Amino acid sequence: MLADEILRVENLYVSVEGTPIIKGLSLTIHRGEIHAIMGRNGAGKSTLANVVMGHPAYEITSGNIFFKGEPLENLEVFQRARAGMFLSFQYPAAIPGVQVGTFLKKSVASVRDDPPKGRAFRKELTAAMEKLSMDKSFLSRYVNDGFSGGEKKRLEILQMLLLQPHLALLDETDSGLDIDALRIVAQGINEVAADSACLIITHYQRLLDLVKPHYVHAMIDGTIVRTGGPELALELEDRGYDWLEVTA
Amino acid sequence: MSDDAQEIIGDYKYGFHDPENSTIRFDKGLSEQVVRDISELKNEPQWMTDIRVKAYRHFVERVMPEWGNCSLLNMIDFENVTYFLRSSNKTENSWDDVPDDIKNTFDRLGIPEAEQKWLGGVTAQYESEAVYHSIREDLEEQGVIFLDMDSGLKQYPEIVKKYFGTVIPHSDNKFSALNTAVWSGGSFLYIPKGVHVEMPVQAYFRINAKNMGQFERTLIIADEGSSVHYVEGCTAPSYSTDSLHSAVVELIAMDGAKIRYSTVQNWSSNVYNLVTKRAIAYRNATVEWVDGNIGSKLTMKYPSVLLKGEGAHAEVISVAYAGKGQHQDTGAKVHHLAPNTTSNILSKSISKGGGRSSYRGLLQVTPKSTGCRSKVVCDALILDEDSRSDTYPTMEIGNSTADLEHEASVSKVSNDQLFYLMSRGFNEEEAMGLIVNGFFEPFTRELPMEYAVELNKLLELEMEGSIG
Repeated sequence: MLADEILRVENLYVSVEGTPIIKGLSLTIHRGEIHAIMGRNGAGKSTLANVVMGHPAYEITSGNIFFKGEPLENLEVFQRARAGMFLSFQYPAAIPGVQVGTFLKKSVASVRDDPPKGRAFRKELTAAMEKLSMDKSFLSRYVNDGFSGGEKKRLEILQMLLLQPHLALLDETDSGLDIDALRIVAQGINEVAADSACLIITHYQRLLDLVKPHYVHAMIDGTIVRTGGPELALELEDRGYDWLEVTA
Repeated sequence: MSDDAQEIIGDYKYGFHDPENSTIRFDKGLSEQVVRDISELKNEPQWMTDIRVKAYRHFVERVMPEWGNCSLLNMIDFENVTYFLRSSNKTENSWDDVPDDIKNTFDRLGIPEAEQKWLGGVTAQYESEAVYHSIREDLEEQGVIFLDMDSGLKQYPEIVKKYFGTVIPHSDNKFSALNTAVWSGGSFLYIPKGVHVEMPVQAYFRINAKNMGQFERTLIIADEGSSVHYVEGCTAPSYSTDSLHSAVVELIAMDGAKIRYSTVQNWSSNVYNLVTKRAIAYRNATVEWVDGNIGSKLTMKYPSVLLKGEGAHAEVISVAYAGKGQHQDTGAKVHHLAPNTTSNILSKSISKGGGRSSYRGLLQVTPKSTGCRSKVVCDALILDEDSRSDTYPTMEIGNSTADLEHEASVSKVSNDQLFYLMSRGFNEEEAMGLIVNGFFEPFTRELPMEYAVELNKLLELEMEGSIG
């Protein structure tokens, strides 16, 4: 293992309710690297993000996942979060009655080793919210309850800034964002990505114009069929995936 | 400790109890003589003795309610309950004079600090009679009367005689008859015309003796154009034999007056909590019941409002939490007896570990009551397959101009919510605690801060050690 290895997925097979979704996928991400996974709906992209985070509905039938060289299989979801893993959800769940401010404070307190308290926390929170052009009124709203798509994504990125993960999994964080919101979100991702490992799952090139990936992976039917640089994303946007299917 | 024992005793923060240190304790069981003895011991006027005896006779003849939870109700052994216990010789005026073991109990509940901060006054009921009572001087200057009920009867017999039992007659139900026969303690609060009490007025109740019934009687009168917020907190130690709590609370809001009555009751899981709460709201008056029920073996409680004057308004916000072996049969009753009266009812319940919560509601609009509006919302959250939630709404609508809304929902905690919260570093119990606190938030935000904090802590404790 390289000193800076964060995530290593080895020949992974995953099923949901008996149906194979991921079929022999391998991937390694180091600190400071941004990887993008592109693919059509149903290719297994979101499944990969969820299974790395430990979603109980997904069954690993074969293969291994390592985080900083340690196998993940015995770590519960919250332990993965506390170890420094973060998933930005495609569809974050609403938690009615729980205020964003309370939620963020408790989450930061459980995840970070030396969490900022009191005034220090508020200062950090205010700074992060300003970066994301989020109004203070967010804090007294209920988590994701009645949020627009764009508001949900901003809250996800806000959490990422505050939790300071070593591995950030971003599941279609760009969907449902207008261009201004996309720029703001991209700024947040770039800030975190500088010092962590980042896996971006997306359908579109447009986020990758703003967050430059080091590697782009094309995923078809549960496996990575081609890996390239940023130019692969452009090619996929241009040509679609059919040409890869032939060669796969 | 076995899991079962843990569940019965609970992670119950307030499940401690002091050695009983009673000056006078009656033998168990109830008779007309016991009722007369209670009255005599308290040096009550003859008319109160007569009311007690009459109520006792009615209690003996009256059948048990045939709804709620009959099998649990019929298990109550009235002969195995102590009906009067006086735990210190007199009502104390200063905290320093309160006996140490009693003080210790209250210290653990944090009452003195709370009082220093912002309480309008404290009547702490320890077993049957108030041992500690205080009221801020400015309230006294405004003519506000805040006493324990026994002192109220002694010092203001004419007011008590005029209103006692006028909202809830002894013959209302078996337990109101029992309470009227053996009542002891409770609060007596009178707000003069036009006086607005800014600070919440507060009392705590506890049951500390095994098989000790607690039958407090509360009477609150808000005279014309006045307003008050009364807060009652309740915690009880855990015991292995059953305790009976049967209170009667009567509220009277005169024209243009406003009463808010907030309660969080947290009984240990062997307590029968059978309470009759009812208010009368006259013209343009508002009555708000904010009622939280945690614990007990069986709670049957349906805060009611009689909207007797035009333009009167009722608000009933309640939550119930039913854990293992517990049945919360709670709800609200609003009677629209005058035109243009309005009401809102919000009821939220959580059932867990085989617990059962039932919403039982009555909404009545009489034929002459035109232009009434009412909204009823009932939400139930069921945390596991063993638990149960039922809704028994009754509507008696006699006037076609009534504008009524009724919404009901039953939900479960979704795996998506749990996964989301766990991905943010919360373990499963913490995640459940957040979801449960969030579910009760529309209730919690109505409480004074310290109650809200305590309620959230209690719910988080309830989520511990029960998952997986």
